[in-house]
Amino acid sequence: MSEKKSIWSKIGNTLIKNNVTVLFVLLCVGAFFASTYTLPSLFTELFTRLGRNTFLVLSLLIPVVAGLGLNFGIVIGAIAAQIAIFLVVHWGFTGFSGILMTVLICTPLAVLFGFLVGKLFNSMKGTEMIGGLVAGYFSDGLYQLLFLVILGGVIPINNSTLMISTGMGVKNVINLKDNLRYAIDEVSMLSIINVAFYAGILIGVILIVYRLIKKQDLQLKKLLTVLIPVIALYGISYVPAIRTFLSTPRLMLLNAVELGVIGVALFNIYKLIRLTAIEKKQGVPIKQLLYIAGAGAVYASTYISVIYQSLCAVHLPVLTFMLIGALCLFMPWLMNTKLGQDMRTVGQNRAVATSSGINVNRVRIIAMILSTVLASYGQLISLQNIGTVATYGSHQQVGLYAIAALLVGGASVQHATVKHALLGMVLFHTLFILSPNAGQQLLGNAQIGEYFRVFVAYGVIALALAMHAWSNRGPKKQRGTLVR
Amino acid sequence: MERMTKAVKNFGLPRIIIIAFFLSLLVAAAVTGMDMAALLGDVVRRWAMYGILVLAMVPSIQCGIGPNFGVTIGIVGGLLAALITIEMRFYGFFDSFANGGAMMQVCIAILLALILSSILGILYGMLLNRVKGSEMTVSTYVGFSIVALFNILWLMLPFKNGTSIWPLAGEGMRTTINLEADFASVFNNLLAFKIGNFEMPTGLLLLFFLACFFVWLFTKSRTGMMMSAAGANPNFAKAAGINVNKMRILGTTISTALGGVGIICYAQSFGFLQLYNAPQMMGFACVASVLIGGASISKARIVHVLLGTLLFHGMLAVALPVANNILPEGNLSEILRIIISNGIILYALSKAKEAGK
Repeated sequence: MSEKKSIWSKIGNTLIKNNVTVLFVLLCVGAFFASTYTLPSLFTELFTRLGRNTFLVLSLLIPVVAGLGLNFGIVIGAIAAQIAIFLVVHWGFTGFSGILMTVLICTPLAVLFGFLVGKLFNSMKGTEMIGGLVAGYFSDGLYQLLFLVILGGVIPINNSTLMISTGMGVKNVINLKDNLRYAIDEVSMLSIINVAFYAGILIGVILIVYRLIKKQDLQLKKLLTVLIPVIALYGISYVPAIRTFLSTPRLMLLNAVELGVIGVALFNIYKLIRLTAIEKKQGVPIKQLLYIAGAGAVYASTYISVIYQSLCAVHLPVLTFMLIGALCLFMPWLMNTKLGQDMRTVGQNRAVATSSGINVNRVRIIAMILSTVLASYGQLISLQNIGTVATYGSHQQVGLYAIAALLVGGASVQHATVKHALLGMVLFHTLFILSPNAGQQLLGNAQIGEYFRVFVAYGVIALALAMHAWSNRGPKKQRGTLVR
Repeated sequence: MERMTKAVKNFGLPRIIIIAFFLSLLVAAAVTGMDMAALLGDVVRRWAMYGILVLAMVPSIQCGIGPNFGVTIGIVGGLLAALITIEMRFYGFFDSFANGGAMMQVCIAILLALILSSILGILYGMLLNRVKGSEMTVSTYVGFSIVALFNILWLMLPFKNGTSIWPLAGEGMRTTINLEADFASVFNNLLAFKIGNFEMPTGLLLLFFLACFFVWLFTKSRTGMMMSAAGANPNFAKAAGINVNKMRILGTTISTALGGVGIICYAQSFGFLQLYNAPQMMGFACVASVLIGGASISKARIVHVLLGTLLFHGMLAVALPVANNILPEGNLSEILRIIISNGIILYALSKAKEAGK
């Protein structure tokens, strides 16, 4: 009995601890039923937004770990991306090579900006968040100066599609339709496999040659376990039916789920066979069986008509989601490196970090550089999907919505993980999509819903900051009583 | 020489740059043959127009919550008060005052603003007492969310008069409300006189100075001293038997109430009420003004308000026509405003000692 009670109180505690997230789940469910949206139409918009914005939200994680709080300065990363996009469009690069060119330009820019912001933050320790916000506005001013006055006014630029007719200043909108639009989203799986194949072979050959020269162990077995699947995939891609499937620009979510289910099932069957037949372990391998059953259940659920329709409605941009996935894996990896551990120490206590020989200022600057660079890539992914750049507006709200989404997922000023980011993205953007429609249905005014979602974005940040400051006072009080 | 560098350091490099810039703008205006008298009139008008809003920063900095980025809370309170008086005028409330109707209306608006903003300010002060150490960030975002919340309110208010609501659909308040029929320029025109093209908004200026005087008087009073002590050194103040939290609420409330009064003075001079997202960034402009005047994150005096508002808003008043003269396209003076106001805040933040550590 007592055990049961503790479970309930545990559940209660987690609900209270994650009050913002719980409230958002309730709001999302309520808004969904109030709106005229169906599950498929919601899914379509939600996945578009997920592809667009998740990378940006993930770029917030590193400064939180390093104790810099929520980086309102990711606006500056977005600015770097937009400067690069302007140049690339002006020089006439298109398609994926255009994207590569943009990355080539915006990376050094973002590194420089991140370095400067890091330097600035080191001189205002403790007030980085308000500093980041103001720094964002400040650089927006410099950006406007660059785009409205300097480009065309000081640096002559001959481009009637980009520049205002007077020749000074850049137009309000940069259209990416004929150059960068969907340049990342619509890279087909076939091209990804081809690139992976050639890159894999190349790296393999280089590794073998290198090891032969250095007279090291070849480690062929390890190499082959990586290379064989790549080669096999490349081979399979020549089967005509599979080739047409792979060369479609996007992947239907239904197919992605099916592929995932098959992958999980096959992997676990392989493990099962290995455990029972080769290693001859006693007892039933419950874990593997559960995974297989779970995969089967997920597959079965795709036959439910609503879910089937929803899954069919979504077409995933493959490379975009692969990049997001890669970043999700990169974060935990980074945290286990020396640099990541240093960041964590700096984030927890700067005095301790200094006394254990960590260069606090340097670590903080590196964190800001990483965050700014990732934010610029995030903005690039987002803009190539939207297809137009609002020259003077696209970057402005980036920080607000990314931070609100992260906080909705249950993150705080001191603690944020990939899980928080992903959950927050789903919840925040679900409400973002639904609220104008729900406002129309409930109150007869879509505008109310629109203002409501802005209020929610600001309100969530205010609440999280207030709760952070509130809980910070607890330990101090205790210390005070101890002294007394 | 050493003394001079020290004086420069005390005065602050950005302030010197801004003063030099202001003066060079004035010279540029004179050289390009602009109407200097009208321009100076504009400078004075802007000075008085923004003055009370900037004055709101003094009690907040003195009581220890730092520059009040959330003065927007007071501003929306003031806007609501003004809207209520417009509705009252619509029902003929001020008809019996004949010529003094507008003056009566603006006075009632100020009174209402004081009440509404004070209520909001007390609540806001209570919140800020729970978030000591990060007031600036919290107040900024509380200010933003209040603006968004009031956006919803503006849409739903049950007002009926045609001045405030959209004409055809009739739902929600207009984005900008013309005060021509209400209290536009009543203070500006009070005792106003003209020398050539130079217009003196005497009433508004007197009101601004009066407000400054009252705040100065308050800071010299027993309560005001206690409040500054609580802000300057909370632990010492506590030991001396001062209720620090109460003093912080007092300072925040006065600041917020001044915000409410300030926006009405601003609006009557401007001629329009600006609703929805217009007040969002006003807090930043006020903070920047007082910082330009020589205040820091933890110290502010009336002199800083007078000097800062004159420099910042005077400069913008001059910069607009000058910039338009030099570069007709482009929004140079607006860009200038963004860069200078945020630059000075960044400078002040980087100069502030780390809070509590």
